[in-house]
Amino acid sequence: MKFLSDKTVDHLRQTADTPDLSGTRYQLLERVARGGMGTVYAATDETLGRRVALKVLDVPVAGGDFARRLNREARVLARLEHPGIVPVHDVGTLSDGRVFYTMKFVEGQRLDKHIEAVTSLPDRLRLFLRICDAVAFAHARGVLHRDLKPANVMVGAFGEVLVMDWGLAKIMREQSADFAEDPEATILQTPKSAGAPADTTQATQITGQGTVLGTPGYMSPEQSRGDVAHIDERSDIFSLGALLQFLCASPATQVNPNGTWRRDKAREAICAKSTETDPGKRYANVTELSADVSRYLDGLPVSARKETIFDKAARFYRRHTVAILLIAAYLAMRILLLIFSRR
Amino acid sequence: MNKVLLGLLLGAVLGAVDGLTSWFTPAVRAQLAGIVIGSTVKGIIAGIAIGFFARKVHSLALGILFGLAVGFVLAFIVAQLQHGYYLEIILPGSIVGIIVGYATQRYGAASAGVPAPTR
Repeated sequence: MKFLSDKTVDHLRQTADTPDLSGTRYQLLERVARGGMGTVYAATDETLGRRVALKVLDVPVAGGDFARRLNREARVLARLEHPGIVPVHDVGTLSDGRVFYTMKFVEGQRLDKHIEAVTSLPDRLRLFLRICDAVAFAHARGVLHRDLKPANVMVGAFGEVLVMDWGLAKIMREQSADFAEDPEATILQTPKSAGAPADTTQATQITGQGTVLGTPGYMSPEQSRGDVAHIDERSDIFSLGALLQFLCASPATQVNPNGTWRRDKAREAICAKSTETDPGKRYANVTELSADVSRYLDGLPVSARKETIFDKAARFYRRHTVAILLIAAYLAMRILLLIFSRR
Repeated sequence: MNKVLLGLLLGAVLGAVDGLTSWFTPAVRAQLAGIVIGSTVKGIIAGIAIGFFARKVHSLALGILFGLAVGFVLAFIVAQLQHGYYLEIILPGSIVGIIVGYATQRYGAASAGVPAPTR
Protein backbone atom coordinates (compact mmCIF):
# COMPACT_ATOMS: atom_id res chain seq x y z
CA MET A 1 0.00 0.00 0.00
CA LYS A 2 1.41 3.41 -0.97
CA PHE A 3 0.64 6.58 0.97
CA LEU A 4 0.43 10.00 -0.61
CA SER A 5 2.73 12.72 0.67
CA ASP A 6 1.33 15.79 2.48
CA LYS A 7 2.34 17.94 -0.46
CA THR A 8 0.41 15.75 -2.82
CA VAL A 9 -2.61 15.75 -0.53
CA ASP A 10 -2.49 19.55 -0.32
CA HIS A 11 -2.25 19.81 -4.06
CA LEU A 12 -5.19 17.46 -4.52
CA ARG A 13 -7.21 19.39 -1.96
CA GLN A 14 -6.50 22.68 -3.71
CA THR A 15 -7.39 21.18 -7.04
CA ALA A 16 -10.63 19.84 -5.61
CA ASP A 17 -11.43 23.23 -4.06
CA THR A 18 -10.75 25.15 -7.25
CA PRO A 19 -14.13 26.35 -8.35
CA ASP A 20 -15.49 25.09 -11.63
CA LEU A 21 -16.59 28.24 -13.39
CA SER A 22 -18.00 26.52 -16.46
CA GLY A 23 -21.38 27.89 -17.24
CA THR A 24 -20.47 31.32 -15.86
CA ARG A 25 -19.04 34.32 -17.65
CA TYR A 26 -15.88 34.17 -15.53
CA GLN A 27 -12.54 32.58 -16.12
CA LEU A 28 -10.38 31.76 -13.16
CA LEU A 29 -6.93 33.36 -13.02
CA GLU A 30 -5.37 32.74 -9.63
CA ARG A 31 -6.07 32.35 -5.96
CA VAL A 32 -5.65 35.69 -4.17
CA ALA A 33 -6.56 35.16 -0.55
CA ARG A 34 -8.30 32.89 1.83
CA GLY A 35 -10.53 34.05 4.66
CA GLY A 36 -12.72 32.49 7.26
CA MET A 37 -15.74 32.43 5.00
CA GLY A 38 -14.27 31.49 1.68
CA THR A 39 -11.58 31.90 -0.88
CA VAL A 40 -11.02 34.87 -3.12
CA TYR A 41 -9.78 34.35 -6.65
CA ALA A 42 -8.82 36.75 -9.39
CA ALA A 43 -10.97 36.07 -12.42
CA THR A 44 -11.75 37.61 -15.77
CA ASP A 45 -15.26 38.69 -16.63
CA GLU A 46 -15.28 37.52 -20.22
CA THR A 47 -18.39 39.46 -21.16
CA LEU A 48 -17.11 42.83 -20.00
CA GLY A 49 -13.43 42.00 -20.39
CA ARG A 50 -12.39 43.13 -16.97
CA ARG A 51 -10.65 41.67 -13.98
CA VAL A 52 -12.82 40.90 -10.98
CA ALA A 53 -12.39 39.36 -7.56
CA LEU A 54 -14.44 36.22 -7.21
CA LYS A 55 -15.23 35.00 -3.75
CA VAL A 56 -16.39 31.43 -3.42
CA LEU A 57 -17.81 30.47 -0.07
CA ASP A 58 -16.34 27.31 1.38
CA VAL A 59 -19.34 26.42 3.46
CA PRO A 60 -21.21 23.64 1.75
CA VAL A 61 -24.77 24.49 0.88
CA ALA A 62 -26.81 22.23 3.06
CA GLY A 63 -30.15 23.77 2.29
CA GLY A 64 -31.86 26.52 0.41
CA ASP A 65 -31.89 28.92 3.35
CA PHE A 66 -28.17 29.40 3.39
CA ALA A 67 -27.90 30.10 -0.31
CA ARG A 68 -30.89 32.42 -0.11
CA ARG A 69 -29.30 34.31 2.75
CA LEU A 70 -26.04 34.74 0.93
CA ASN A 71 -27.84 35.94 -2.15
CA ARG A 72 -29.77 38.43 -0.09
CA GLU A 73 -26.56 39.58 1.58
CA ALA A 74 -25.00 40.18 -1.81
CA ARG A 75 -28.08 42.13 -2.90
CA VAL A 76 -27.84 44.30 0.17
CA LEU A 77 -24.12 44.97 -0.37
CA ALA A 78 -24.80 45.77 -4.00
CA ARG A 79 -26.95 48.64 -2.78
CA LEU A 80 -24.09 50.06 -0.70
CA GLU A 81 -22.76 52.25 -3.45
CA HIS A 82 -19.99 54.22 -1.82
CA PRO A 83 -16.42 54.97 -2.92
CA GLY A 84 -15.17 53.36 0.28
CA ILE A 85 -17.06 50.09 -0.11
CA VAL A 86 -16.03 47.42 -2.56
CA PRO A 87 -18.88 47.11 -5.05
CA VAL A 88 -20.43 43.71 -5.63
CA HIS A 89 -20.90 43.07 -9.36
CA ASP A 90 -22.60 39.74 -9.47
CA VAL A 91 -23.75 36.78 -7.44
CA GLY A 92 -24.39 33.28 -8.61
CA THR A 93 -24.15 29.57 -7.94
CA LEU A 94 -21.49 27.24 -9.25
CA SER A 95 -22.26 23.88 -10.75
CA ASP A 96 -21.28 22.22 -7.45
CA GLY A 97 -23.85 24.32 -5.63
CA ARG A 98 -21.43 26.73 -4.01
CA VAL A 99 -22.48 30.35 -3.96
CA PHE A 100 -20.09 32.98 -5.28
CA TYR A 101 -19.84 36.76 -5.50
CA THR A 102 -17.85 38.84 -7.88
CA MET A 103 -16.56 42.18 -6.74
CA LYS A 104 -14.34 44.93 -7.98
CA PHE A 105 -10.77 43.70 -8.09
CA VAL A 106 -8.82 46.07 -5.86
CA GLU A 107 -5.15 46.34 -6.62
CA GLY A 108 -3.45 47.60 -3.52
CA GLN A 109 -2.34 46.64 -0.08
CA ARG A 110 -4.09 45.63 3.07
CA LEU A 111 -4.12 48.42 5.62
CA ASP A 112 -1.83 46.58 8.02
CA LYS A 113 0.80 46.32 5.28
CA HIS A 114 0.16 49.76 3.83
CA ILE A 115 0.67 51.70 7.06
CA GLU A 116 4.16 50.34 7.49
CA ALA A 117 5.09 53.02 4.96
CA VAL A 118 2.89 55.71 6.52
CA THR A 119 4.95 57.27 9.28
CA SER A 120 2.90 60.43 9.75
CA LEU A 121 0.18 60.16 12.38
CA PRO A 122 -2.10 62.74 10.68
CA ASP A 123 -1.89 60.74 7.44
CA ARG A 124 -2.88 57.60 9.33
CA LEU A 125 -5.77 59.42 10.96
CA ARG A 126 -6.94 60.72 7.60
CA LEU A 127 -6.99 57.11 6.39
CA PHE A 128 -9.04 56.24 9.44
CA LEU A 129 -11.53 59.01 8.67
CA ARG A 130 -12.11 57.57 5.23
CA ILE A 131 -12.81 54.17 6.77
CA CYS A 132 -15.28 55.89 9.09
CA ASP A 133 -16.99 57.51 6.09
CA ALA A 134 -17.64 54.12 4.52
CA VAL A 135 -18.83 52.53 7.76
CA ALA A 136 -21.05 55.52 8.57
CA PHE A 137 -22.61 55.20 5.13
CA ALA A 138 -23.30 51.51 5.69
CA HIS A 139 -24.81 52.25 9.10
CA ALA A 140 -27.02 54.91 7.56
CA ARG A 141 -28.25 52.19 5.21
CA GLY A 142 -28.84 49.90 8.17
CA VAL A 143 -25.88 47.59 7.60
CA LEU A 144 -23.34 46.56 10.25
CA HIS A 145 -19.94 45.28 9.15
CA ARG A 146 -19.10 43.33 12.34
CA ASP A 147 -15.60 42.38 11.25
CA LEU A 148 -13.70 45.63 10.92
CA LYS A 149 -9.96 45.10 11.23
CA PRO A 150 -6.83 46.18 9.35
CA ALA A 151 -6.88 43.09 7.18
CA ASN A 152 -10.34 44.00 5.92
CA VAL A 153 -9.35 47.41 4.65
CA MET A 154 -7.56 47.83 1.37
CA VAL A 155 -5.66 50.87 0.23
CA GLY A 156 -5.56 51.09 -3.54
CA ALA A 157 -2.74 52.17 -5.77
CA PHE A 158 -4.16 55.70 -5.97
CA GLY A 159 -4.74 55.99 -2.22
CA GLU A 160 -8.38 54.95 -2.33
CA VAL A 161 -9.53 53.30 0.89
CA LEU A 162 -11.94 50.41 0.59
CA VAL A 163 -13.66 48.47 3.34
CA MET A 164 -13.73 44.82 2.34
CA ASP A 165 -15.18 41.54 3.46
CA TRP A 166 -18.76 42.23 4.35
CA GLY A 167 -19.29 38.51 4.81
CA LEU A 168 -20.39 38.99 8.40
CA ALA A 169 -22.40 42.12 7.66
CA LYS A 170 -25.82 42.25 9.21
CA ILE A 171 -28.83 44.36 8.59
CA MET A 172 -30.75 46.36 11.15
CA ARG A 173 -34.22 46.55 9.71
CA GLU A 174 -35.45 49.36 11.92
CA GLN A 175 -32.71 51.66 10.69
CA SER A 176 -33.37 51.28 7.03
CA ALA A 177 -36.64 51.87 5.35
CA ASP A 178 -35.05 50.75 2.08
CA PHE A 179 -34.62 47.20 3.33
CA ALA A 180 -37.87 46.96 5.21
CA GLU A 181 -39.47 45.53 2.14
CA ASP A 182 -37.10 42.57 2.28
CA PRO A 183 -38.83 39.89 4.35
CA GLU A 184 -35.51 38.26 5.21
CA ALA A 185 -33.72 41.44 6.13
CA THR A 186 -33.88 40.99 9.88
CA ILE A 187 -31.16 38.84 11.26
CA LEU A 188 -30.55 40.57 14.55
CA GLN A 189 -34.06 40.53 15.87
CA THR A 190 -33.92 37.24 17.76
CA PRO A 191 -34.64 38.30 21.33
CA LYS A 192 -32.27 37.32 24.08
CA SER A 193 -33.37 37.79 27.66
CA ALA A 194 -31.28 40.14 29.75
CA GLY A 195 -28.98 38.36 32.11
CA ALA A 196 -29.14 35.09 30.25
CA PRO A 197 -25.81 33.37 29.96
CA ALA A 198 -23.84 34.18 26.86
CA ASP A 199 -24.23 31.43 24.35
CA THR A 200 -22.03 31.62 21.33
CA THR A 201 -23.64 28.51 19.90
CA GLN A 202 -26.95 30.29 19.89
CA ALA A 203 -25.38 33.26 18.16
CA THR A 204 -23.90 30.96 15.61
CA GLN A 205 -27.24 29.35 15.04
CA ILE A 206 -28.90 32.70 14.64
CA THR A 207 -26.43 33.70 12.02
CA GLY A 208 -26.65 30.23 10.64
CA GLN A 209 -23.06 29.94 9.58
CA GLY A 210 -21.17 28.12 12.29
CA THR A 211 -18.21 30.37 11.59
CA VAL A 212 -16.32 33.00 13.57
CA LEU A 213 -18.41 36.10 14.14
CA GLY A 214 -15.56 38.51 14.30
CA THR A 215 -11.89 38.80 15.10
CA PRO A 216 -10.55 38.71 18.66
CA GLY A 217 -9.07 42.06 19.56
CA TYR A 218 -11.38 43.87 17.19
CA MET A 219 -14.63 42.27 18.28
CA SER A 220 -16.80 44.13 20.80
CA PRO A 221 -17.45 42.41 24.15
CA GLU A 222 -21.14 41.95 23.33
CA GLN A 223 -20.19 40.41 20.01
CA SER A 224 -17.67 38.04 21.56
CA ARG A 225 -20.28 37.06 24.16
CA GLY A 226 -22.65 36.21 21.36
CA ASP A 227 -25.10 38.73 22.74
CA VAL A 228 -26.75 39.15 19.38
CA ALA A 229 -29.67 41.15 20.74
CA HIS A 230 -27.35 43.95 21.83
CA ILE A 231 -25.22 44.18 18.75
CA ASP A 232 -25.75 47.46 16.99
CA GLU A 233 -23.64 50.12 15.31
CA ARG A 234 -21.74 50.67 18.56
CA SER A 235 -20.21 47.21 18.05
CA ASP A 236 -18.65 48.51 14.85
CA ILE A 237 -17.54 51.58 16.77
CA PHE A 238 -15.66 49.29 19.16
CA SER A 239 -13.92 47.68 16.18
CA LEU A 240 -13.15 51.12 14.75
CA GLY A 241 -11.68 52.11 18.12
CA ALA A 242 -9.45 49.04 18.08
CA LEU A 243 -8.50 49.90 14.50
CA LEU A 244 -7.68 53.44 15.62
CA GLN A 245 -5.48 52.09 18.39
CA PHE A 246 -3.69 49.98 15.82
CA LEU A 247 -3.15 52.99 13.57
CA CYS A 248 -2.00 55.15 16.48
CA ALA A 249 0.66 52.66 17.44
CA SER A 250 3.81 54.27 16.14
CA PRO A 251 5.82 52.57 13.41
CA ALA A 252 8.58 52.13 15.96
CA THR A 253 6.20 50.44 18.38
CA GLN A 254 5.18 47.95 15.77
CA VAL A 255 8.73 46.70 15.57
CA ASN A 256 10.15 47.96 18.83
CA PRO A 257 8.05 48.19 21.99
CA ASN A 258 10.25 50.98 23.38
CA GLY A 259 9.72 53.46 20.60
CA THR A 260 6.48 55.46 20.54
CA TRP A 261 4.95 58.61 19.18
CA ARG A 262 4.35 61.34 21.72
CA ARG A 263 1.58 60.26 24.06
CA ASP A 264 -1.49 62.35 23.70
CA LYS A 265 -4.32 62.26 26.19
CA ALA A 266 -6.93 63.45 23.70
CA ARG A 267 -6.02 60.71 21.24
CA GLU A 268 -6.00 58.12 23.98
CA ALA A 269 -9.38 59.35 25.20
CA ILE A 270 -10.89 58.89 21.74
CA CYS A 271 -9.55 55.33 21.59
CA ALA A 272 -10.72 54.61 25.14
CA LYS A 273 -14.22 55.97 24.54
CA SER A 274 -14.58 53.97 21.33
CA THR A 275 -13.55 50.75 23.02
CA GLU A 276 -15.55 51.09 26.23
CA THR A 277 -16.86 47.74 27.46
CA ASP A 278 -20.27 49.25 28.02
CA PRO A 279 -21.75 50.17 24.61
CA GLY A 280 -23.67 53.01 26.26
CA LYS A 281 -20.39 54.77 27.06
CA ARG A 282 -19.08 54.57 23.50
CA TYR A 283 -19.72 57.10 20.78
CA ALA A 284 -23.35 56.87 19.76
CA ASN A 285 -22.50 56.70 16.07
CA VAL A 286 -19.57 56.73 13.68
CA THR A 287 -20.19 60.35 12.73
CA GLU A 288 -19.49 61.39 16.32
CA LEU A 289 -16.30 59.34 16.38
CA SER A 290 -15.01 60.72 13.10
CA ALA A 291 -15.94 64.26 14.17
CA ASP A 292 -13.80 63.82 17.28
CA VAL A 293 -10.88 62.51 15.23
CA SER A 294 -11.27 65.45 12.83
CA ARG A 295 -11.27 67.87 15.75
CA TYR A 296 -8.15 66.19 17.10
CA LEU A 297 -6.48 66.56 13.71
CA ASP A 298 -7.40 70.25 13.62
CA GLY A 299 -6.01 70.81 17.11
CA LEU A 300 -9.47 71.42 18.58
CA PRO A 301 -10.86 70.01 21.84
CA VAL A 302 -12.38 66.54 21.59
CA SER A 303 -15.64 65.49 23.19
CA ALA A 304 -14.05 62.38 24.69
CA ARG A 305 -12.01 64.34 27.18
CA LYS A 306 -12.58 67.34 29.39
CA GLU A 307 -9.58 69.66 29.21
CA THR A 308 -7.81 71.42 32.05
CA ILE A 309 -6.52 74.97 31.57
CA PHE A 310 -3.02 73.55 31.03
CA ASP A 311 -4.28 71.18 28.36
CA LYS A 312 -5.95 74.11 26.63
CA ALA A 313 -2.76 76.14 26.79
CA ALA A 314 -0.70 73.24 25.46
CA ARG A 315 -3.15 72.64 22.64
CA PHE A 316 -3.19 76.35 21.78
CA TYR A 317 0.59 76.35 21.68
CA ARG A 318 0.72 73.26 19.47
CA ARG A 319 -1.84 74.76 17.12
CA HIS A 320 -0.17 78.15 16.82
CA THR A 321 3.47 77.31 17.49
CA VAL A 322 4.92 79.36 14.63
CA ALA A 323 2.80 82.43 15.31
CA ILE A 324 3.65 82.32 19.02
CA LEU A 325 7.35 81.88 18.30
CA LEU A 326 7.30 84.79 15.82
CA ILE A 327 5.65 87.08 18.36
CA ALA A 328 8.10 85.89 21.03
CA ALA A 329 10.98 86.61 18.65
CA TYR A 330 9.58 90.09 18.04
CA LEU A 331 9.25 90.81 21.75
CA ALA A 332 12.72 89.41 22.47
CA MET A 333 14.17 91.57 19.72
CA ARG A 334 12.38 94.64 21.12
CA ILE A 335 13.74 93.99 24.61
CA LEU A 336 17.26 93.51 23.27
CA LEU A 337 17.05 96.75 21.28
CA LEU A 338 15.83 98.52 24.39
CA ILE A 339 18.69 97.18 26.47
CA PHE A 340 21.31 98.13 23.88
CA SER A 341 19.83 101.57 23.25
CA ARG A 342 20.06 102.38 26.98
CA ARG A 343 23.77 101.61 27.16
CA MET B 1 -11.60 86.82 7.45
CA ASN B 2 -10.24 87.44 3.98
CA LYS B 3 -6.52 87.77 3.52
CA VAL B 4 -6.39 91.43 2.54
CA LEU B 5 -8.55 92.53 5.46
CA LEU B 6 -6.55 90.35 7.84
CA GLY B 7 -3.29 91.81 6.48
CA LEU B 8 -4.67 95.35 6.83
CA LEU B 9 -5.85 94.91 10.41
CA LEU B 10 -2.80 92.98 11.55
CA GLY B 11 -0.48 95.45 9.84
CA ALA B 12 -2.27 98.37 11.49
CA VAL B 13 -2.22 96.82 14.98
CA LEU B 14 1.36 95.60 14.82
CA GLY B 15 2.46 98.89 13.23
CA ALA B 16 0.81 100.88 16.02
CA VAL B 17 2.34 98.64 18.70
CA ASP B 18 5.69 98.93 16.93
CA GLY B 19 5.37 102.72 16.98
CA LEU B 20 4.37 102.78 20.63
CA THR B 21 7.55 100.97 21.62
CA SER B 22 9.46 104.12 20.67
CA TRP B 23 8.24 105.47 24.01
CA PHE B 24 11.09 103.49 25.52
CA THR B 25 13.56 105.60 23.58
CA PRO B 26 13.70 108.92 25.46
CA ALA B 27 15.33 110.76 22.56
CA VAL B 28 12.26 110.35 20.33
CA ARG B 29 9.55 110.27 22.98
CA ALA B 30 8.44 113.80 22.08
CA GLN B 31 7.60 112.64 18.56
CA LEU B 32 5.62 109.61 19.74
CA ALA B 33 2.33 110.57 18.08
CA GLY B 34 3.94 111.12 14.69
CA ILE B 35 5.90 107.90 14.99
CA VAL B 36 2.79 105.90 15.92
CA ILE B 37 0.79 107.34 13.01
CA GLY B 38 3.65 106.80 10.56
CA SER B 39 4.26 103.28 11.82
CA THR B 40 0.56 102.43 11.61
CA VAL B 41 0.32 103.71 8.05
CA LYS B 42 3.44 101.74 7.17
CA GLY B 43 1.87 98.64 8.74
CA ILE B 44 -1.37 99.16 6.80
CA ILE B 45 0.46 99.53 3.48
CA ALA B 46 2.58 96.45 4.20
CA GLY B 47 -0.48 94.49 5.38
CA ILE B 48 -2.52 95.28 2.26
CA ALA B 49 0.38 94.39 -0.03
CA ILE B 50 1.05 91.15 1.83
CA GLY B 51 -2.68 90.34 1.89
CA PHE B 52 -2.99 90.76 -1.88
CA PHE B 53 0.11 88.62 -2.35
CA ALA B 54 -1.37 85.91 -0.13
CA ARG B 55 -4.54 85.97 -2.20
CA LYS B 56 -2.56 85.31 -5.37
CA VAL B 57 0.17 83.03 -4.09
CA HIS B 58 -0.75 80.14 -1.81
CA SER B 59 2.59 79.31 -0.27
CA LEU B 60 3.55 79.73 3.35
CA ALA B 61 7.25 80.07 2.55
CA LEU B 62 6.73 82.64 -0.21
CA GLY B 63 4.24 84.51 1.96
CA ILE B 64 6.77 84.82 4.76
CA LEU B 65 9.51 85.81 2.31
CA PHE B 66 7.31 88.45 0.70
CA GLY B 67 6.32 89.76 4.14
CA LEU B 68 9.97 90.04 5.10
CA ALA B 69 10.81 91.87 1.86
CA VAL B 70 7.93 94.35 2.13
CA GLY B 71 8.57 94.95 5.84
CA PHE B 72 12.26 95.47 5.19
CA VAL B 73 11.81 97.85 2.24
CA LEU B 74 9.18 100.02 3.95
CA ALA B 75 11.18 100.14 7.19
CA PHE B 76 14.32 101.02 5.22
CA ILE B 77 12.50 103.92 3.52
CA VAL B 78 11.27 105.19 6.90
CA ALA B 79 14.77 104.88 8.37
CA GLN B 80 16.18 106.80 5.42
CA LEU B 81 13.64 109.57 6.06
CA GLN B 82 14.61 109.56 9.75
CA HIS B 83 18.34 109.69 8.90
CA GLY B 84 19.09 107.18 11.63
CA TYR B 85 17.84 104.43 13.94
CA TYR B 86 18.29 101.94 11.09
CA LEU B 87 18.49 98.88 13.31
CA GLU B 88 15.66 100.04 15.59
CA ILE B 89 13.35 100.62 12.63
CA ILE B 90 14.37 97.97 10.08
CA LEU B 91 14.63 94.97 12.40
CA PRO B 92 11.17 95.26 14.00
CA GLY B 93 9.61 96.33 10.68
CA SER B 94 10.98 93.21 8.99
CA ILE B 95 9.74 90.91 11.75
CA VAL B 96 6.31 92.53 11.61
CA GLY B 97 6.34 91.81 7.85
CA ILE B 98 7.18 88.16 8.56
CA ILE B 99 4.37 87.89 11.12
CA VAL B 100 1.81 89.42 8.74
CA GLY B 101 3.08 87.23 5.88
CA TYR B 102 2.70 84.12 7.99
CA ALA B 103 -0.68 85.09 9.41
CA THR B 104 -2.28 85.94 6.05
CA GLN B 105 -1.20 82.61 4.58
CA ARG B 106 -2.05 80.54 7.63
CA TYR B 107 -5.17 82.18 8.98
CA GLY B 108 -6.61 84.16 6.09
CA ALA B 109 -9.66 82.65 4.43
CA ALA B 110 -8.78 81.12 1.08
CA SER B 111 -10.86 81.88 -1.99
CA ALA B 112 -13.52 79.28 -2.80
CA GLY B 113 -11.99 76.04 -4.07
CA VAL B 114 -8.45 76.92 -3.08
CA PRO B 115 -7.08 74.96 -0.13
CA ALA B 116 -5.12 76.77 2.56
CA PRO B 117 -1.40 75.98 2.65
CA THR B 118 -0.57 72.93 4.69
CA ARG B 119 0.88 73.37 8.13
